Parts: sequence; C-alpha cells; structure tokens
Amino acid sequence: MNKEFDIIVVGGGHAGCEAAAVAARMGASTALVSFTRESIGAMSCNPAIGGLGKGHLVREVDAFDGLIGRAADAAAIHYRMLNLSKGTAVQGPRVQADRKLYKAAIHRMLDAQDDLTIVEGEVASLTMSDSRVSGIVMADGSTINAKAVILATGTFLNGKLFRGEERHEGGRTGEAASVSLGQQIRDAGLPIARLKTGTPPRIDGRTINWAVLPEQPSDDDGWTMSPLSRGRTVAQTFCAVSRTNAETHEIIRGSLDRSPLFSGAIDAQGPRYCPSIEDKIHRFADRDSHQVFLEPEGLDTNLVYPNGISTSLPADVQLAFVRSMDGLEKAEIIVPGYAVEYDHIDPRALDRSLKVRDLEGIYCAGQINGTTGYEEAAAQGLIAGIGAACLVQGKDAPVLDRGTSYMAVMIDDLVLQGVTEPYRMLTARAEYRLRLRADNASTRLTPIAIALGCVAEERAHWFGDRQRARDDIFTALESIYSSEDLVKLGINVRRDGTKQSLFQWLRFPNISIASLEDLEACLKTGNPDLMAEIEEDARYAPYLERQESELRDLRANEQIRLGDDIDYAIIAGLSNEMVERLNTARPDTLAAASRIRGITPAALAAILVHARRRDSRNIAA
Amino acid sequence: MLSADDTIFALSSGQPPAAIGILRISGSLAGQALKSLTGNLPKPRVSALCNITNMVNEELLDSALCLWFPGPNSATGEDLAEIHCHGGRAVIRAIEKALEQIDGLRQAEPGEFTRRAFTHGKMDLAEAEGLSDLLFAETELQRKAAVRNAGGALSRKIDDWQLQILALSARVEAELDFSDEDDVAPEQAAVVQNNARPLVEEMRDLLARPRAEKLRDGIRVVLGGPPNSGKSTLLNALVEREAAIVSDIAGTTRDVIEVPIALGGIPFLFIDTAGVRDSGAETIEQIGIDRAHQQFEAADIILWLGDEGQGPEFDNLIEISSRCDHPEHEPKADAAFTLSPVTGQGLDALVDHLIIRAKDILPNGDQVSVNARQANLLLIACDNLAEIIDQADYLIVAEHLRMARKALDEITGKASTEDMLDGLFGKFCIGK
Repeated sequence: MNKEFDIIVVGGGHAGCEAAAVAARMGASTALVSFTRESIGAMSCNPAIGGLGKGHLVREVDAFDGLIGRAADAAAIHYRMLNLSKGTAVQGPRVQADRKLYKAAIHRMLDAQDDLTIVEGEVASLTMSDSRVSGIVMADGSTINAKAVILATGTFLNGKLFRGEERHEGGRTGEAASVSLGQQIRDAGLPIARLKTGTPPRIDGRTINWAVLPEQPSDDDGWTMSPLSRGRTVAQTFCAVSRTNAETHEIIRGSLDRSPLFSGAIDAQGPRYCPSIEDKIHRFADRDSHQVFLEPEGLDTNLVYPNGISTSLPADVQLAFVRSMDGLEKAEIIVPGYAVEYDHIDPRALDRSLKVRDLEGIYCAGQINGTTGYEEAAAQGLIAGIGAACLVQGKDAPVLDRGTSYMAVMIDDLVLQGVTEPYRMLTARAEYRLRLRADNASTRLTPIAIALGCVAEERAHWFGDRQRARDDIFTALESIYSSEDLVKLGINVRRDGTKQSLFQWLRFPNISIASLEDLEACLKTGNPDLMAEIEEDARYAPYLERQESELRDLRANEQIRLGDDIDYAIIAGLSNEMVERLNTARPDTLAAASRIRGITPAALAAILVHARRRDSRNIAA
Repeated sequence: MLSADDTIFALSSGQPPAAIGILRISGSLAGQALKSLTGNLPKPRVSALCNITNMVNEELLDSALCLWFPGPNSATGEDLAEIHCHGGRAVIRAIEKALEQIDGLRQAEPGEFTRRAFTHGKMDLAEAEGLSDLLFAETELQRKAAVRNAGGALSRKIDDWQLQILALSARVEAELDFSDEDDVAPEQAAVVQNNARPLVEEMRDLLARPRAEKLRDGIRVVLGGPPNSGKSTLLNALVEREAAIVSDIAGTTRDVIEVPIALGGIPFLFIDTAGVRDSGAETIEQIGIDRAHQQFEAADIILWLGDEGQGPEFDNLIEISSRCDHPEHEPKADAAFTLSPVTGQGLDALVDHLIIRAKDILPNGDQVSVNARQANLLLIACDNLAEIIDQADYLIVAEHLRMARKALDEITGKASTEDMLDGLFGKFCIGK
C-alpha cells in the first residue's frame, strides 16, 4: 500500500467522508482511515437527513459537489419539506433515509472517486515534528505519512455510554473508542471539554399498531435534496405520529433518580435543542404531552426510530414508558437508548479553515468540534477538506463570510464563540437568512466551488446550463410593463398606469412568473425550481438590497486585520473576561472581534487603537 | 506626529481668570511630570498641598492642591494627575509652560481626554455623547439632561428596549425554527404584535421630545417684522446688551444675528432677522430677507412686531406692540404684549411668558432626550417595529426585528465606525 499521501482523514462518518471526497476532487491524494470499511457512511443516530437549517447545509455541501445530498436522495424513503407554510428562506428539506441504501450510496461515490484510498484500522497516534504533523501511526505499528491530517473522529474520543446504571466505553454502541489518540490530543495542549448527546431506543416496527396512529405521508411534488438527483428512485413509505401522555410522564418522573443525567453521573452539557425525554419532562413540567415521530429506518428492516424520546434511563424503564403510548402498547425494543458523553475540542483553537491554529497541518471537523448532526458534520468536513487541499497545494482557501452561507455562519460561530452545548444549525443563527435559502444554494456557492476546482464535470455542465437559463429569465424580467398589460393577462392589479419591470411586478404575492409567461417567450421554458428561486428573489428584493448594503459595511470591517499576535492582556480597559475570550478565539479581523459575545463598543475601540498603533510601529520599524 | 502614546495635558476648567484653574495630565508620564513639578508624588487619590516649581530655573510658580490617580482606576483609564492652582492667567500659563518643557508631554487635542476614556472602556458611546453635551451645557436644564445621559440613562433605556425586542425575536425565531417540532405553542404572531405596539409608542414619545441639541442650542425665538419695527431694540433690551446694530435707517440689520441667553435657567437663542419688506429691497438685503423666512421655519417662538396679522402663520407667534412709549402708538387690537424696550415697560411680563412657553416646548429636566444622530437611529428602530404590526410573514417580522435591534446597537455604538467616532470626539473642547 502507498504509505505517502497528501492528506489523511481519520474517521469515516459524515465529516470524514465529505473531507476525503472534496480533497480528492481537488486532486489531493487522500487516505480515508476507518476502524472498518463497513462502518464508513453509517448514520449513527436518527435516520433523517436535512430539516430546518440542516437542509440548508445539505444543499450547500451539495453545491460544492459533496456527497450528502445525492446519498440522501439515493436512500430517501420519505420526503418532507418543513415549514412549508412559511417563506422559502426558512423551509427545510428533510428526508428519512434507508441506512443501508445511504451507506451503499456513500461507498459507491467514494469508490468511484480518483485519488482516494480507504485504509482500515485504528489510528494509534499522530506523528509530529515540532508543531507540524507528518502522518499517523496505526495500532499495528505501521505508519502513513501525509502533509495534513483531518480529525473527524466524532464521539469516538474518550466516549462513554450511559444507560441507567450501565457504563460502556465507546462512541457508538458496539464499537471501540479511540482512547490513545484522545490522550495524545489532550497532551498536545488542545483545549478539551466534554459534551453529551443521546439516542432513543429502537423499536421493532412489527410490534407497532400503525393503524391507530396518524400517518405522515411523503411529499408528492418530486423535489430532491440534490438538483442532480433524478426524482424519487426508492419506494416511498410513511411516518406516523404518537404522543407521550400523563402515564408516560409519571413513569419517567418516577425513575429520574435512575437516569445518569440526574444522578450526577453525566455533568457534561447536553443540547437545549434536542433534549432527552427525561429532560423535557423535568424542565417543561407544564406540558402534558410531547409528539413522537415514528420514523422507519429502512425498507428492509423492522427498526423504527422514535424521534423525540432520546433517553438514558434503564432499559426496563424505557420499555415501560414506550408501551404507555398510543400504538406502542405491545412495542418491543430492539436496542435501548443511551446517552454518550464525549470529548470535544474547543473550536476556538481553530482558524476559519478548521485548522488547529497552533499546529501546522491538523484539521478538525464534525462532532469533535462540539457540533451535533450529520449535516453540521458534513459541512465542516467539506470546509476542512478544502482547507487541507488548499494547504498542500499552496492555494489560498476561499474565505466565506456570514453573508454567503450557513456553513460560514456555523464556522464563524464555532471559531469565535466556542460551544457550551452541542451546536446545531438553526435558521435563526443566520442574520442574512433572507438571502441564504436552501433553494438558491447552487446560485450562491457553485461558482465558488467551480473556481476552486472541486466540482466534477456533470455538475459544472448542469450549472452552466442553469446559469444561462437564469440570465435569460433575468433579462426578460427587466422589460417594463404597465398595469394595463397585466390586467389584459387577467391579473388582478390596480389600473393606475404604473409601469415597472416584471421583476418589480413579481413583488406582488398574486403574481408568479407563470402568470407572466405570455409576455416574454423565455419565461415559458425555465424549470420550476429556477422560477421559484427567482420569484423569491423578487418578493424579498427590498430586504435583500438593504442587506446588501449592510454586508458592504461588514466586509469593510473584515478588511481591518487584527492578526494573530495581539496580546489582549496589555490592552487597557478590557475586562479579564474579555481578555480571556479574545485570547481564546483570537479573531482575525475587527468585525470578527465585534461578534464575540460580551465585547463592548468601548473595548472594540481600544482594540482598534491598539492594532493601529502596532501597525504604525511596524511600518516605522 | 500626534500619538495616542503621548502624555497629554490641558487646562480642564474654564478660561482664566477664575478662582481656580485645574490642569489635567494623562498618560504614562503623568506621574513623572507631577513629581518633577512638586518634588514628590502625593498618595493616590488623596489631595495634597504642594509647591509647584519650574524645574529649569527653580522658580516657585504657585502653591496648589495636587491629585494623583494611577491608571487604570482614573477618569481616562491612564495614569492621571491634577493640579488645582490659582486661576490667574499668568499662573496657569506658567505651569503650562513648565509642562511643555517636559519631554514626551504635549497639549491635548480637543476631546482627547474623553477619547482616551472611551478607548480604555471607561464609557460607552451614548455616555460619551452625554458628556459632550454636558461640557457644552451652560444652563441648569442642559446640565441636568446631560448628566442623565452621561450617567447612562439613555443607554439603560436602549438596553431595556433591546431586551424587549430580543424577547420578541426569540418568539418569532422559535416559531420559525421549532414550530414543526411541536415544541412551540402556535399564535406567537399576536403576542409579538401586541408587545411591539407599546414599544413603538414609547419610542415615538421619546422621538417627539425636543432633541438634546434643543437643550444645548436653546429655544429659538425669532424676532420678526418689517424694517424699523423695533426688532433690534427689543432684542437689545432682552439681552440687556448691545448685540445688534440699532439705527433709525430702515434695514440696518442685514444678516441674522443670534444671541444665546438663559432666562430662568432655560436656554434661549434670540434671533434678529432682517426686516421683512417686500419691495424696494437691495440685493444684499434680499438675501437677508430670504434668511429671515428660513428662520421663521426653524423657530420655536416668533415675536411679531409688524402689523397685526401680517406675520407668518405659526402656532407659537406672539403679537407684540412694542412702542407704547411713542406718542402716536396705536396698540394692536389683540396684542398679547404691549411694551416698550426703551422704558422697560412690559418686558418682565414678556420674559415670564417666554419662560412658560419654553417649558412646554422643552422636556422637563427629568426626561431622557436624544440628539439628532440618536434620533435618526431611533426612528429606524421605531419604523421597523411599526412595520411588523400588520405583517403576516414571519420572515419579514424577524427581519424587521433584526433591523430594529441593529439600529439600537448603533445608538450605543455597537456598530460604530471610526469616522463616527472621529466626528464625535472632534466636538469636545480641549482638556475635558
């Protein structure tokens, strides 16, 4: 086997797969190292991909020709567009994915990828010379050399499973934890903290009384996660909804003392956004019921994932409370739920390419950085893979700011604020949400991806066609028409002689591109996704213009560089807390510093003055 | 070149001569400078009587109270020394000269002390603006308003609004990000709109108040009337000094004359206009008359000395019949005030009336007020909140709430640019 690569990716989860694939797409020779080939591309928690905020991330990774969107489509047995009643900026595409099909799709894409080698085995340690990585040592003593290593080890670093009174070492149930690598990372002085997450019991679908439960069918309008996927390729199934009730809550409340979350065995912080059922019942005591979505894990498996009851209660309590719910009276649990406590790196030790700031060539992506979710992991994998490939190829990594993508929002949040709970993407985190829609991810990002060289021919071709069609439509929409012209088409507008461009007319909610197609020939030919995207652009145009000017200010402040060598402790007027936050995150620009929590305008002015003074001294020197 | 590393000094009290003069020295050399003048450094934050000596010729300059505040626990956040000396011009000039001779010390630029306090985190932008107004304050009312802003009353008000808007944002975001997960009760919209209404009212209320500049610049009282109707004579009587040129030739006052004066603790700005006369005006005088019309538009109160009913239409117009001492005087039928600037008859009554009207125009001294910059931003915040009241699209509601928060951030300087800081700090008079 070749023992020399440009890049080694450790871990074959969503972050690792995207990292390895994008690095290879960019032409870097890449090794993807996993305990076993079989575990690559596994969905370790719920069988859903996408959702609010998360669906945006999937589309953005896809816009860089990533794997997750196409693999999700290849495995999707249920499609649902969340928030359909609200504006498209907050609509979240989500699918239920068949685990086997998903894994198979990932394997297919990785196998077809040039410059990518899969290596089975456990990584024992990193080899370092000074503060530069030179490769890895495997548990069998063999070594592999590389210029960059991406750690995408998920919860496998010093992972510990909790279920009632039971304790196990390991990341996922049934798999070993990377103890020695974890120790080495601690020894390297990287700031480490602990978080916890949880998973619900898996139920045997044959023991569920589906007939009494409300069904949630798959959306029937044919949308896909990736625009390159051709419609629904797999049989569609349905989900069902059950609810917790007073009895469920009684059982859980009576057993709280047996939950490691409450006995004090786990003191790491769990996510507010995805609390365990015991947490929900304890904290929201006034709620008498919580929804539980019953999501099939695949077409040829009986496993059902009850979304909403993640738990670390003992197995006997899990069975009792599950059976207290409608439709689950005779349910059998196949794998009980559990909580995982795991190490993560304080992501403030990373730069925006997810490289460890003080160690040359080491990148971290995914849950290791304190995030939760496949989509968050995949997006970080993509960014780290691009960063590492740029490093070994001597290119500048593209700088994505908060106005370009959810990916950039997430990375900005991680490297500046750190995490206090597992980080989950939310649309609320994106202040320029109106422009960062799931439906315009290609328009926003694929040009950057093409310039970077990480887009294969198929997508580049598709995108070129799409851009030409888009340009034609925009040109047609510049034509001026009067209210009379629209009335002739049977559109209900005030006949006040207003003349404006069709783009401006589209601002009215009752006017669609389809309703205007008799005016301009090329409006007839466009594809529906493209039309919907442009209609949304038109609808929110005044807001988008305002954000555009806001972004110009932001980008100007991003030009004021602070550099890595500021000693915040010597700047007078900063509180100890500010100094700690600034020294930990080391913001690269004034704009970044201004986003750090607790940094006041006065502090910002002091930092600016300090930086200016230093710069003028440097120029003088 | 000026540097923020220099140690700076300036006279911080008013222009001499005065009872005392306070010289402030701020920067890393402040302690050394004080020591070289006095021989030794007083205990921190304890005043000590010291002999001030010129270290070059060892001449005794004055005997003064000296204070020493080591940084960062000082008004500027740097090492700071104060010399409270006798307030004569010669004494102050001599001490300034002695300070200038010390290497590394220089006279402060306008606003530099405040700028240093700001950059060292001693105050936020709203407080700095309050201080700016305080330094300009000449009347009791101005001083009260400025003290309030410098004490953070405006910042606290804004912070309170920020918290309330943040709570509304949280509701909307919960609806956007979590409603599909059944974790959020529906019908957040009504709650948000109901809570936005009183906020809009509060902001409009603050916006409807006179601007902070009004307190600083004074109530604008414009004297109007045709040439030779006695405007300048009345003005002079009111300000009790010869501010305007008084002559018997019609049209002597060709430009606008502004005289600030405090009456009963309230700042007024009396403005004497060129006579308003529609025909026969020379070109220069025509310009004066145009300016007079502009002044009427910006007036808070107009004192009209022309023929009854011939003045501009204006709610706060007071008809004046100003020549009751003239034998041919014919009082106006409805004249609010009949007076004579020459004999002083009726003047006190007019002054009392002006004070009463002014109190209706100015906020009472216990209210927070905003300046024009703050008002612009507050108006943006207010308009954005008003937009959400009938808005059904949650995305738009969220966006308006975000823009409202951003505008309020800018009032306290969260999003400040350097230009704005320079503009602000350039206003300070030296040494404060």
